[in-house]
Amino acid sequence: MRLDLSRVAQGCRLGVLTGLGKSGQHSLEVPGCLLYTRCATVPHLTQDTLHTLRDLPSVTQVSVDSLAEHHEVLEEFKEGVRKFAGLHDTVLFCSLHDSANTSPAGHVTNKTVSVWGSGGRIELTVARFMAIQAAIQPDCYQSMADGETWQAGTSRKRVRKAVDRTLAHLDECLVLHQKTQELKQAEIFGVVEGGDIIEERLRSARETAKRPVGGFVLDGFHSAAMDQDVRAQLIKATSAELPQEKPRLVLGVGRPDDVISCVEAGVDLFESFFPFQVTERGCALSINYTIDPDPETAGTSTPTVLEFNGEMPAVKKLNSNGDENMMPFEMNLRDKRCVCIEGDTPQTHMRAYVHHLLVTNELLGGVLLMLHNMEHYLGFFKALREAIARDCLQNFKNRVLHCREGD
Amino acid sequence: MNDSQVNRTSLFKMSAPIPSSTHECEDSMASVKAVSSAAPLALRIVAECPVSKARACTLTLPHCAVYTPVFMPVGTQGTLKGITVDQLEDLDCQICLGNTYHLGMRPGPELIEKANGLHGFMKWNRNLLTDSGGFQMVSLVELSEVTEEGVKFRSPYDGKEILLTPEQSIAIQNSLGSDIMMQLDDVVSSTVKGPRVEEAMHRSVRWLDRCIAANKNPDRQNLFAIIQGGLDAKLRKACLDEMTKRDVPGFAIGGLSGGEEKDDFWKMVTLSTDHLPREKPRYLMGVGYALDLVVCVALGCDMFDCVFPTRTARFGSALVPWGSLQLKQKQYARDFQPIDPDCQCPTCRRHSRAYLHALFKSDTAALHHITIHNISYQLALMRSVRQSIIEQRFPEFVKAFMKRMFASGEQYPSWAVEALQSVNIDVR
Repeated sequence: MRLDLSRVAQGCRLGVLTGLGKSGQHSLEVPGCLLYTRCATVPHLTQDTLHTLRDLPSVTQVSVDSLAEHHEVLEEFKEGVRKFAGLHDTVLFCSLHDSANTSPAGHVTNKTVSVWGSGGRIELTVARFMAIQAAIQPDCYQSMADGETWQAGTSRKRVRKAVDRTLAHLDECLVLHQKTQELKQAEIFGVVEGGDIIEERLRSARETAKRPVGGFVLDGFHSAAMDQDVRAQLIKATSAELPQEKPRLVLGVGRPDDVISCVEAGVDLFESFFPFQVTERGCALSINYTIDPDPETAGTSTPTVLEFNGEMPAVKKLNSNGDENMMPFEMNLRDKRCVCIEGDTPQTHMRAYVHHLLVTNELLGGVLLMLHNMEHYLGFFKALREAIARDCLQNFKNRVLHCREGD
Repeated sequence: MNDSQVNRTSLFKMSAPIPSSTHECEDSMASVKAVSSAAPLALRIVAECPVSKARACTLTLPHCAVYTPVFMPVGTQGTLKGITVDQLEDLDCQICLGNTYHLGMRPGPELIEKANGLHGFMKWNRNLLTDSGGFQMVSLVELSEVTEEGVKFRSPYDGKEILLTPEQSIAIQNSLGSDIMMQLDDVVSSTVKGPRVEEAMHRSVRWLDRCIAANKNPDRQNLFAIIQGGLDAKLRKACLDEMTKRDVPGFAIGGLSGGEEKDDFWKMVTLSTDHLPREKPRYLMGVGYALDLVVCVALGCDMFDCVFPTRTARFGSALVPWGSLQLKQKQYARDFQPIDPDCQCPTCRRHSRAYLHALFKSDTAALHHITIHNISYQLALMRSVRQSIIEQRFPEFVKAFMKRMFASGEQYPSWAVEALQSVNIDVR
């Protein structure tokens, strides 16, 4: 695995991660996202429907949260999760947790962390964690970590403990990694902890960087938990302590504005649980990311629920009414006002159809929304990369963040 | 010999061109029995089984040709559960169902008409058949009241009363733009006995006439009659006599596939096909279990629909030639083979029982995988039935089918054995 940076401008790193996977044939552009899955399936989508999307990320993300309960089955299967799930030829990254779920706190000890499957809590020692990795057979994985510092008012002592435990877990993981046949060609990522305490962040980063890891996972920065500016400052400082040539993935960050802020602070990779969360809210993503709508390609893409090509959705102010479940960057398709039937276009028909599916609780609603939201999110990342490449990041930010602030 | 055997001609060879039913019917009742050349439907009988009443046909409808015998999956609310229309097309589905009652309630005919009909709304480019809303009279009976005018429903969503008349049902179906529309019929449950059954039969005939008169698009949309009469042979025969006098492009056999005894069921099916014109398609409503499909093809039916395969998929039940697998059960957790090693559907080509079992706990995609498999199973079954009829080996097919489905001859359901016997197929 190698990270080739073509550009570093205004803090943003632009490049390609190459040599991925067992054959080393795969690559991933950065900044970019992984393909989020639950139990190795992109939510709502079969392989056929998934592959109607173009330009899928070459790296698929699975989590120990959703796979731990299948440990014995995977061990008996012997050939890893990629084959077990009938996945296409993709690179597999295994994280500890599923960022779309909030797990209850208070189940971390000096020697163990807990994950949550469909049957409840499963406690993991490093040994068990590594046995699960051997059964999953990922191409890269994060080491076991104590990331429970996201709660408000976490004490300094607790944060320090999280850093210490995580380093200890990493060292143990590295030892077992060397001894595990199934992980011979896999890369292990170190996890940087430290809560919101700058000294601990720096300590965690420096110490982790001393270990022979392939990349870094930045933990405890979850969108819900931390103020965007605080996060940006901490990540910037942390980044400076990390080797430039190794990739940095941040967990739990998905909203477009948070993504941009993290990219400016030096992050390369993100998860893509966010489009899934938007889907579960019955919403369609509408990020205003197109800089130059290309009249030649407009209308030739896979039909999605909403096509903007630079235009804003008809109901502008809907998101600013203080509804807790409403987020900026999305349209609530359960809401009849968003469905806007006056215009007689294929897009409004499609919106009316998805609205109907949601209102009648039909499964296809989730499928169509997931397809739209994933495609839209991937388009956002592509546009972000282009904006960095062409030196028009400010322009891009103005367009994307515009719909958050209103007029 | 009974009427149906006299009317059937001798063996067809695949290579010989078959006269189009619209042009060369030698029956003196040609003007009524043959499909009117003005109707947007043509039935070509490609092959008939010389032993039983089974036939293989090509049914040409406005959107594309349909090969019969055909199973039509049900997409009640304008969607086939979690399956996209592209997936449905890839499975080679040529026709599926939508429901007038449900779609008439939500989102309503005006919106669908604006979206270029149900085809445009769903983005389905092949054929659609819409049910009239009649069956909901039985299934939602607490909410309905029947008069000569129509059916009064109380909407379960807002408590409002809606009157569904034959004219209204056809108007909604005209807006939906389906290729085949069903008449509004007065449906009674097959377990009901007594004068209500006769009343419903006669009313269905009168409603058929009202539906025919109300159809705004006879050049684009085919209206099928629905034979009623419950389990009473005399009433069924009377209904058949009356309805076959009307110039409709096709007939459905209704009022069955409720809770009735199978022994009564098959007798009404065979009585109906005996008296329905050969040159028009016969649609047996609500029949979908594999055994029932095979037997009723033998009895002369061409088209079938049922929610069963798609509904049972959502409970984790996968249909196979020897029964069904309840994939949520523990025994499949480590079963690394596909649902059916011989099945070519996307699910079986890629996924194992063990993975599907695991996925059920995490994501709805598991339901979609099973739904795809079950639809594929039903469509593939019908394709093999059709092929066996064309190749003049349908009785052998039926025997092999029974052997695969049941552990031993003693387990063959007696109603099926008798029904097949009645058309000269001896499976024991």
